[in-house]
Amino acid sequence: MRTEETPLPAPAPAIGRRGFLAGALTAAGIGLAGCGGGIATVGESRTVLRQWNLFTGGDGVRMVEMHDAYQREHPQIDFRPTTYLWGNPFYTKFAMGAAGGRAFDVATLHLSRLRGMGPGTLIDPIPVELLAEYGVTPDTVLPNVWDKCTVDGELYAIPLDTHLVVTYYNREICARAGVLDPQGRLIETDGVEEFLDLLAAVKDVTGGYGVVMDTTGAWRQFWSLYRQLGGEMTFDGDVGIDDDKALQALDFLRRVSEEGLAPSASDAPGTPANFVNGICGLMFAGNWEIATAQAAGMDFGMRPFPGLYGDELGQGDSHALVLPHRRTRDDAAVRAAVEYAAWMLKHSITWAGGGHVPAYLPVTESAEYARLEPQADYRDAAVNVQFDPEAWFSGSAAQLQNEASSLFAGVHNGSTTPERALDAFKRATRKLIETPAPV
Amino acid sequence: MTPSTDIAPPEAARAVSPAPPGGRARTRHVSSWAGLWFVLPFTVLFAVFLVWPMLAGLWTSFTDRSLGRAGSSFVGLANWSEMLGDPAVWQSLWVTLLFTLISTPPLVLIALGMALLTHRVSRLGWFLRFSFFAPFLLPVAVVTLIWTWLYQPGFGMVNGALQAVGLPEVNWLTDKDTVLVAIAITTVWWTVGFNFLLYLAALQGIPAYVYEAAALDGVNPWQRFRHITLPLLHRTTALIVTLQLVASLKLFDQAYLMTAGAGGPDYAARPIIGYIFDSGFTGLRIGYASAISYLLFAVIVVVSLVQFRLFSGKGKSA
Repeated sequence: MRTEETPLPAPAPAIGRRGFLAGALTAAGIGLAGCGGGIATVGESRTVLRQWNLFTGGDGVRMVEMHDAYQREHPQIDFRPTTYLWGNPFYTKFAMGAAGGRAFDVATLHLSRLRGMGPGTLIDPIPVELLAEYGVTPDTVLPNVWDKCTVDGELYAIPLDTHLVVTYYNREICARAGVLDPQGRLIETDGVEEFLDLLAAVKDVTGGYGVVMDTTGAWRQFWSLYRQLGGEMTFDGDVGIDDDKALQALDFLRRVSEEGLAPSASDAPGTPANFVNGICGLMFAGNWEIATAQAAGMDFGMRPFPGLYGDELGQGDSHALVLPHRRTRDDAAVRAAVEYAAWMLKHSITWAGGGHVPAYLPVTESAEYARLEPQADYRDAAVNVQFDPEAWFSGSAAQLQNEASSLFAGVHNGSTTPERALDAFKRATRKLIETPAPV
Repeated sequence: MTPSTDIAPPEAARAVSPAPPGGRARTRHVSSWAGLWFVLPFTVLFAVFLVWPMLAGLWTSFTDRSLGRAGSSFVGLANWSEMLGDPAVWQSLWVTLLFTLISTPPLVLIALGMALLTHRVSRLGWFLRFSFFAPFLLPVAVVTLIWTWLYQPGFGMVNGALQAVGLPEVNWLTDKDTVLVAIAITTVWWTVGFNFLLYLAALQGIPAYVYEAAALDGVNPWQRFRHITLPLLHRTTALIVTLQLVASLKLFDQAYLMTAGAGGPDYAARPIIGYIFDSGFTGLRIGYASAISYLLFAVIVVVSLVQFRLFSGKGKSA
């Protein structure tokens, strides 16, 4: 080693007496502020109910609206909702908070993540009698959704809604393309060729494309089509997937882009922007994009995902409410949480404004819901919502979706073939299967 | 610093310490204890928030600790051997290294160019300083939001400009060949201002008489730059390159946000920190994620050492 003359460091800015005092006071203030929350509740008789959720944007606004009404009706509950960013930022905190066993009393969860989030270890079972006391029983919820809430015979979640990928159509463009029926609804097509003809007619009008879909989130398209073909996916030791059906589903993604009927690349923010800008006449997207289309003030309609290979099945999920595991038993808190969940279900007509189909049947069967336009046009699709295959690594914002979306984007933009993408997907899935489950 | 303050401390020191020879040892003893109190707050923070987490992380890498489970058990080198055989680790490490390779040179050279430009002009200097530094003040979420829209095909400004000059559109963020370049361009725009500021300060620290002397010797502008400015900026360059390498190796925020957390097509823009995040926070496997973190730590140490050796070697000749 050679020695080198070290330059003298520049003199540090002098901290004056006042600056130091101000800094010390600020630090002390921060410290005190941290203590404030706990002290305030001492001596109050109201039941504390801490709710964690992942809703921002339009859903967040609607939930706050519901919470305001809930609080007005429940002055005896000290209700404390906390919103975290959708996806990983939420689920990470959910897992850590539930592992600690005392951070929160009730939380939202994607039903597809239930099995990966430790039912029985991180999530406590729902007391079914208590829930029935507040009016929520198996016959008030769609059976396919209720089944998903049940693990090993125990109920672990209370479903709030069903949400799924659907078709949006721009009425003005579709009318000019002549693909609307006399009631102003997009005509139903049967099979791939009929649908591609419809897209070609729409493309002639827009001069751009027929349909747009999020090519960076291709799992939704893939799983919808694969399920239409009757494909199953299992993870018992090895990945169980029907190659022919998977390739057929992927081939549609390749073809629709290659023939110029859909953009070969369109990311999550770009997809609704393409639709509201009239670059295409149709959009495949989740029903929650309804708010974007409404805000743009466009004349649009919605219908189920098209039946390209069979029934009009669309990939989807359900927002549910769960009780995190508690280290110490607290019956009052559990009762408050269950009552809150039931209240949210009964008032989910507000929630339906965001495009989600309420899971509570008395709401979807109401006249008020039937008047909701265009929500009522795809409510039947919710009956046949296609949940993701079951594993600890599957579901919304979990690894299986991430792997699929990252790999299948290449099928859309032509940088890979369906065959190569499927091979890569199977390799990635095998690796997930071999990984020891963390819960 | 004005000359008077430079002279002040020795005089002051002499005034307060006319210590007799006998009492010197005791005075030094007392003053060293006082010093300890001054470093104590930092030492405590350093130990609690840096040394301890590092040791705890190392220990965690030998366990199967999960975010979704209270306990954990010792698994020996299982995480480490899994890591060595995991292609995603090496692929994401390569993404990080590639990003460092393509982002560091422009971040240093453009900063130097902007600093030279700003240093030359006299009237609009404040405006250039402001313009070049302003993007650095933006939070990463704002930067990525702006650039995600700029890069959009169909209606984004970047593609609009390309088409205006007759070039084809590029699917910047959805093509696996361009996504990392797109993120690097955004990063340069966002962070080059900091390097620019360091260079500008260094340029202003070069005494004018050096250039005067060179001018008297008939030196042309290029020789002046090559043989005076660059050598005198050498220490700053070394500092900037070191900071930049470490910053680029820590790529995560902008890549995560600009690919919506998915890592881009074929994971072409998932850096190793992205994979650590995926394993530890999406997959809840903190033990495994800790092992990969140590791999990144080792890479950063090696790169820093290599860089240090290269620059200290050059320093000898300068």
